[in-house]
Amino acid sequence: MKILAFGKIAEIIGQEELQVDNFPNTEILKGYLYQQFPDLQKMKFSIAIDKKLTSGDVSIPMDVEIALLPPFSGG
Amino acid sequence: MNRFERQHFLPGFGTTAQQKLQASSILIIGAGGLGCPAIQYLAAAGVGRIGIVDGDTVSISNLNRQILFGQDDIGKNKAITTQSALKKKYDDIAIEAYPNFISKENCLEIIKMYDIILDGSDNFPTRYLVNDACVLMKKPLVFGAIYQNEGQVAIFNTKDEQSVDYRDLYPTPPSALEVPNCNETGVLGVLPGIIGTLMASECIKFLTGYGETLADSILFYNLLSNKTYQVKLSKNPQAESYRPENVSAFQDIDYRDFCGLDQEAEWNEVINSLANNDQVVLIDIRAKSEFPKLEDLTHLKIEMDALEGSRQQLSKYQHIFLMCQTGKRSLKASIFLQRIFPDKYVQSVKGGLNEWVEKRESTKYNVPSTK
Repeated sequence: MKILAFGKIAEIIGQEELQVDNFPNTEILKGYLYQQFPDLQKMKFSIAIDKKLTSGDVSIPMDVEIALLPPFSGG
Repeated sequence: MNRFERQHFLPGFGTTAQQKLQASSILIIGAGGLGCPAIQYLAAAGVGRIGIVDGDTVSISNLNRQILFGQDDIGKNKAITTQSALKKKYDDIAIEAYPNFISKENCLEIIKMYDIILDGSDNFPTRYLVNDACVLMKKPLVFGAIYQNEGQVAIFNTKDEQSVDYRDLYPTPPSALEVPNCNETGVLGVLPGIIGTLMASECIKFLTGYGETLADSILFYNLLSNKTYQVKLSKNPQAESYRPENVSAFQDIDYRDFCGLDQEAEWNEVINSLANNDQVVLIDIRAKSEFPKLEDLTHLKIEMDALEGSRQQLSKYQHIFLMCQTGKRSLKASIFLQRIFPDKYVQSVKGGLNEWVEKRESTKYNVPSTK
């Protein structure tokens, strides 16, 4: 599945797009991301699945598009 | 002919939508990078009454993006300057200026006087404060924010209980450690120009019912790739416990503290504390190569990376002030150092050396003679 990253998250991951294997739920996905990119543990971000915001731990269907959305504060 | 002729001609907009705009009121929070473009288009479009809240003054580094202001405005209040610029251009709308920062004390009173609120602020405490106040007062909130080359736009609170707000997206603010330090990172003026203009367009559409708005959605925009990404938002049960449910709960929240910003001190506090107290120290954490040097005040120079290694040297002080160029790096360093010395009082100097240089000449700081 595809992961899209925005803002500081894309900086930490080093790219705006990432292809990964399917993950069963958002918690396991986060665990994988934290392990691959430890700096993400300090970051607050929301997760969208196929352009819909999720909250809490939700299951991830096969081959969806995940977006990692950090808050911006600048003006 | 009148100044709204082109809007009257626009199919689907016309005189009906124009009348709605002229009967509407908007409050702009922050006449900065987002507020400047937004307010100019909203005033030009003929929104009947516009309020501007901003306690900040224009500084030279604002001029690349805050396009209402010019070199002659440096040092002047942004709300007042915006008001007089717009009054000169249009005498058929009301422009109200509040030359103060929005705060827990003033925001409910101000917000309740307007139909829709536009948040063009530049920090998390204000964003959460404004969001919570809009939820309490049931006011639609047009949200916009930027980070480097990217921006976000959304409208929250469009219809009572069922609509989403900022806390559904991010229930709690990031800690100061993870806050991207916007004033220190660069930005091209066109980015807040684009995002602020999108915010103005969302306001106009929402007020007139013209087209589709971003209600309950958030739009991400990337200046470098020209890509946009729109996400549908939904209620987040985890946000419930963080949202103040009434005015008294709202008044009890320390918006500055919960974003870690109580770590900051003003220069006059630093000067007062330093005077005649050898348990207080000021540390410049900038690299040796950074100019100008801090003069006039006794201080230590310990670069950010060397702070941990200087525990021994610092242990004799009770109150430690850290400073850098703008106050952002020193804020991060102060949180870090506070963890090393949990029983000491560690603060970052707000505005850093830039603020010192700007204000030193004025009578604001009565600098005591130093050893």
